[in-house]
Amino acid sequence: MDGASPQDFKQSAARALADAKLQRALLNVKRGFIVKRANAKAKLPEFDELRDEARALKDHTLLHLDLYLEAYERKVIESGGQVHFAPSAADARDIVLKICKDAGASLVTKGKSMVSEEIGLNAHLEAAGIEAAETDLGEHIIQIRGEAPSHIIAPVIHLNKEEIAEDFVRAHRGLPQDRSLSAVPDLVAEARALLREKFVTAEVGITGANLLIAETGSSVIVTNEGNGDLTATLPKVHIVIASIEKLVPTLEDACTVLRLLARSGTGQEITTYTTFATGPARAGDPDGPRQYHVVLLDNGRSEMLGGDFRAMLRCIRCGACLNHCPVYGAIGGHAYGSLYPGPMGAVLTPALYGIDHARDLPNASSFCGRCEEVCPMAIPLPSMMRKWRERDFERGDPPLRERLALRLWAFAAKRPRLYHALSGTIAPLVARLAGDRGRFTSLPFAGAWTETRDLPAPQGKTFHELYRKTRGNEAP
Amino acid sequence: MTPTNQARALVLSRIRAALGVTGKDRKREEAVNERLRHHQRGTIPARARADHETLLQLMTAMLGSQGAEVTRASTPEEAVRAIADDLGAHDLPLAFRMGSDPVLAALPWDTAPALQRRIGRAEPHDRAALSRAVTAAAETGTLVLVSGADNPTTLAFLPETHFILVRADDVVGSYEEAFDRLRAIYGEGNLPRSVNLIGGPSRTADIEQSIVRGAHGPKRLHVVILG
Repeated sequence: MDGASPQDFKQSAARALADAKLQRALLNVKRGFIVKRANAKAKLPEFDELRDEARALKDHTLLHLDLYLEAYERKVIESGGQVHFAPSAADARDIVLKICKDAGASLVTKGKSMVSEEIGLNAHLEAAGIEAAETDLGEHIIQIRGEAPSHIIAPVIHLNKEEIAEDFVRAHRGLPQDRSLSAVPDLVAEARALLREKFVTAEVGITGANLLIAETGSSVIVTNEGNGDLTATLPKVHIVIASIEKLVPTLEDACTVLRLLARSGTGQEITTYTTFATGPARAGDPDGPRQYHVVLLDNGRSEMLGGDFRAMLRCIRCGACLNHCPVYGAIGGHAYGSLYPGPMGAVLTPALYGIDHARDLPNASSFCGRCEEVCPMAIPLPSMMRKWRERDFERGDPPLRERLALRLWAFAAKRPRLYHALSGTIAPLVARLAGDRGRFTSLPFAGAWTETRDLPAPQGKTFHELYRKTRGNEAP
Repeated sequence: MTPTNQARALVLSRIRAALGVTGKDRKREEAVNERLRHHQRGTIPARARADHETLLQLMTAMLGSQGAEVTRASTPEEAVRAIADDLGAHDLPLAFRMGSDPVLAALPWDTAPALQRRIGRAEPHDRAALSRAVTAAAETGTLVLVSGADNPTTLAFLPETHFILVRADDVVGSYEEAFDRLRAIYGEGNLPRSVNLIGGPSRTADIEQSIVRGAHGPKRLHVVILG
């Protein structure tokens, strides 16, 4: 992990904007995901209907989460698997480590898992002398760079292939220094060969889960590379780490969510592989793990169930809100300083780690509303970001200047005569100051705004003046 | 570390406290049991509700768009020939691995005597493998493989070339119909260890969104639709 934190957001964002390589890499978000999602959605006329159903089924599950967890647990045990509840990240780490130690593991392969990143699993295993090898291509690159993923489904969207080639030359020892790594297939082939060895020697495989199914006790992963399946199939122990809100009731519910997930994320109709894993190998199975464990992580989620942020638990981690966010598109994921970047991260990060730790994130929004529009679970992200802003303000954390300015505004706004007098006088004055361009590139007291964007000057009459004029004597 | 039983109780009690409920509410229990028992379907896309030949065409088109090769074999002899020809055309040894699936075992292998079959799970050096999909959902060209001695899961992921045979009669429209077929085999609420939905060869777009086939799994997927 790099050392960035949400508290450094403003500096990190400024650095990101000035980073030419990053800006070049971020163009791939627009060229790829946005167009592909739009095409996939256009090909499925039932998309919006499915979205409503998915929202309803997730809401139903969340309201009955305790009972569905119990039902799910029964089915896992019935199929020969084991369920471990982890109230905190530390609990989850310890549970996984103990299973690995009991299995005598020195090498663990891993499928892509945001929950694993959330609990800092790799460092914990490595500290105990167990090698944790990420096998998703993007995660492998992140691992050899010692970075965090910058996108929840495309971990290295912030990199160009030349930078990755340099990393491979540095990190993949024992290969000719002058080998050609100029084309993307060269890089893929090298990673494939290297990770094959890991797959066939690892004692434990760890994957995340996109869904858990109460009806059958299954965990579902969606992937394109096939690394998750090699991770889940070859070692003698398979550990699934999943957060509690991944649960859906039935296979039919899973179908509804799956129809939305890939289309919203990568813009595929469905990913290449969708795998339902249920328990360990059965009698007579020639392959598959001997042990199957599920670690169910809470880590702050149960608390979210009760309050204003319950809807956030509908999130299926498709990444659409990141892909369509103008702020994410401008600065990439690392600037957020949180594992969960973009709009979903701006809501989730303060919920998991506290608003005092992440107060800039809900503010890093232009409230354009694209995130909510493209969210397959119809999560009201902008209004939840607004809620975090309110809470932050109520806590009294914002700087004195911000609070004073808002109090002044509130004082005037509560006194219509004063407000009209002030706005009627000030607006034309400001407009005149702005001159012909109608906008300011710098303005005293508004430096934080005008540093990165222009401030439009007021145009013509105020809203109230216009309202009075068009509506005559109607009371406002 | 929180002890196992305490951890479970803690998570469940936190959830109940947040929702303002108890674990012993009959109405809530009934709502959950009903939903699990009836597993009602949501919206099925119109494209999945077509006559069988249209579904087979959709299946073929979807697989093609996802990078798979497709052969429609009208006889078992043609299915065998498709596999032998494919290996020959790609300069691969005329050999492959398969499980003990009775439908596959019953194919007229004697019509291609040079073709060697090895039975069992995939080994790291296997170049090609053959699996049978018990069903397939045409809506996205999705083949459904199930684990077990008949079709070991490793066949689908270790070799660079993967053949999947599916009988035309086993191709249905939607995922839901495919899962109903699995319920008919394994019973309500039960699945085999692994159910693999597969729609093409392994791929990655992690680097600059550029799609490369053969990330970790098969570089080529050749689907034979029989009948």
